[in-house]
Amino acid sequence: MDLLNAFVALANYVLVPGIAYGSQLALGALGVTLVYGILRFSNFAHGDTMALGAMSAVLITWGFQSLGLSLGVLPTALLALPFAIIITIGLLLGTDKLVYSFYREKKAKPVIFVIVSLGVTFVYNGITRFIIGAEDQRFLDGERFIISARDFKEMTGLEEGLAIKTTQGLTVVTAVIVVAALFWFLNKTRSGKSMRAYSDNEDLALLSGINPERVVMITWIIVACLATTAGVLYGLDKSFKPFTYFQLLLPIFAAAIVGGLGSPIGAIAGGFVIAFSEVTITYAWKKVFGYLAPEGLAPDGLVQLLSTDYKFAVSFVILLIVLLFKPTGLFKGQSV
Amino acid sequence: MNETVKNTGLFAIVAVLIVLTGVTQSWNAALLIIAMGLISSIMALGVNLQWGFAGLFNVGIMGFVALGGLAAVLIGMPPSEGAWSAGGWGIVAALLMGAATILLAVQVMKRMAKGWLRTLLVLAVLVGGFFIFRALLDPSVSAVEAVSPATTGYLGGLGLPVIFAWPVGGLFAAGAAWLIGKTALGLRSDYLAIATLGIAEIIIAVLKNEDWLSRGVKNVIGIPRPVSYEIDLQNDAGFVAQAAGFGFNPVEASTLWVKFLYVCLFAVVLLVLMWLSQRALNSPWGRMLRAIRDNEVAAEAMGKDVTARHLQVFILGSAICGIAGAMMTTLDGQLTPGSYQPLRFTFLIWVMVIVGGSGNNLGAVLGGFLMWYLWVMVEPMGLWLMQMVTAGMSDGYWLKDHLIDSAAHMRLMTMGAVLLLVLRFSPRGLIPEK
Repeated sequence: MDLLNAFVALANYVLVPGIAYGSQLALGALGVTLVYGILRFSNFAHGDTMALGAMSAVLITWGFQSLGLSLGVLPTALLALPFAIIITIGLLLGTDKLVYSFYREKKAKPVIFVIVSLGVTFVYNGITRFIIGAEDQRFLDGERFIISARDFKEMTGLEEGLAIKTTQGLTVVTAVIVVAALFWFLNKTRSGKSMRAYSDNEDLALLSGINPERVVMITWIIVACLATTAGVLYGLDKSFKPFTYFQLLLPIFAAAIVGGLGSPIGAIAGGFVIAFSEVTITYAWKKVFGYLAPEGLAPDGLVQLLSTDYKFAVSFVILLIVLLFKPTGLFKGQSV
Repeated sequence: MNETVKNTGLFAIVAVLIVLTGVTQSWNAALLIIAMGLISSIMALGVNLQWGFAGLFNVGIMGFVALGGLAAVLIGMPPSEGAWSAGGWGIVAALLMGAATILLAVQVMKRMAKGWLRTLLVLAVLVGGFFIFRALLDPSVSAVEAVSPATTGYLGGLGLPVIFAWPVGGLFAAGAAWLIGKTALGLRSDYLAIATLGIAEIIIAVLKNEDWLSRGVKNVIGIPRPVSYEIDLQNDAGFVAQAAGFGFNPVEASTLWVKFLYVCLFAVVLLVLMWLSQRALNSPWGRMLRAIRDNEVAAEAMGKDVTARHLQVFILGSAICGIAGAMMTTLDGQLTPGSYQPLRFTFLIWVMVIVGGSGNNLGAVLGGFLMWYLWVMVEPMGLWLMQMVTAGMSDGYWLKDHLIDSAAHMRLMTMGAVLLLVLRFSPRGLIPEK
């Protein structure tokens, strides 16, 4: 029995990556849920919006790096983020004007919007690949670790190391700031309140003089901020590859639905539910159980419930369970 | 201009395009476009059944097509020697055990009163069942995969004629569709889209990782054919003499003849399915589906079971995609799980249906041929376009290299743009619904 080492191993392989991944998913799911609440369709282009935003950040980062600009220990990508957000805002507002606004005026059915967003997905994806190619791109610089496994072992004298990557710390801090700002905006400002009113009851909001086009515009601007931030953080933490963002759609949608589509709090909760389920189910528990089990009874196998190749299956199963038993999600979103 | 003339004209244009390919490139290429066009049309028919008739949005076509491909392997390939005795029965037992666990959990769920005891019991059944399942499965899987991994390393199939795989592929796809439809239908329309997106990713993940089933990314090659092999034809004196009579050399004649046989087989399947779909469209059942599509509330008020009809049509449409998937794997003669891309197998089919005219079977077939032709042609055209654009730049200039390299990604953008333009300016497609 070695509780301390078991806990450190657990933190190193499950808690820390889970929190970082959960924050990324939560940011992505917030974007999906906002589009759903205001524009009332599931935006399949969200993953590729993240990819395009992240790509802009990658290109600007490279530009800064060649100019010699840097943030010291922090990644230069943070400096590029605001510029990337501006590009993404332009892109989303342009798409809305060119594509979505036509169907809004016609009051098309939600499913038409979904198909249209699928078309937008592929145009975005094509643009991303056209500009930067389909391969992995590295744009991370600065200090790699806040605390490395070796330092931790030396500091505590424990057998197990605990490594926290800079990108993981950064992800959590940024996510907290972004979410706090978003909730302040939604709850305290006039525009935010008008957004919530519009989401709750469109007709009533229109009657009370809320300008729908303004609400839609603000929504896209916020979604651009969220998507770019999420995309850049994910790209820094893992690596930037256009195709992975399309695959992120499934966990992101699962997170939004688990939390309740249209509910921002739900999106955050859903993000962490999905992230932790994915990490715990695909993690090989051998090490942790090895410390916990009495002498000689340590498990032989990996004690891994599912191989990591099936991590998408985890979000999918959770999604099915929620759809079967509680289609409105944990936080009573809109379901019908 | 009356309708028949217009439709015939549209089909004639596609035919001329294909004939032009035959004249300018090769007749082999043209026949291959026809064969794949037939398969694409069948997939488009299936999607048209779901979208055009019933308004269901399926983003998982890729998964159903891949299940059809798996059927071709499981039916057509000979059983691997020694694999069954090594662990085949263990795997079957494990799978039965898994199914029994789920059945038991469902029964507990249904029979017991709601409460914490039921939740606890269901969880216990599922968790316990999962561990027994893994305990049975894992050793058998490693035993099977250890049997000559370089050549087989999987269970193999039943060794039956591969034609039987086509209906079986449809059954596999129908099973997956039932699972999805049962959970996601009856909720809002986007949920079906997300659920199908998920099942497609998972089916591909299973095909890539379960080596005992489909050899994973090592691919299954050499699936037996339903038609003769080129080499046999070339050694057949009678065939060679006949080919010479028509002025062909034996190699060219044999490749053309094999492709022609495939085209005939596929055409028969397409005609049968087309006839069935046409009958369905004009039957009371088809009218009911369209009534449901146009106004669910009114149809429900008339006593129609909307969810049950949706489930029915969703399963049927997916089954057709499965049949087409099995046919495609038969044509390729190999199953390569890595080649299943959502763009190619989900999105392209959608573009076919919408460009052709959703709700019209003839439109789906036209869209299948036309978009497949464009799909094959966009890449050379994109490359040509890029070469024109960059003609003024000097060789080795980075922008020139980059643009020419990126031409391969033109397909994504073109297909996305085609879909958006058609939806915006001609939402009813080339051959609109009557």
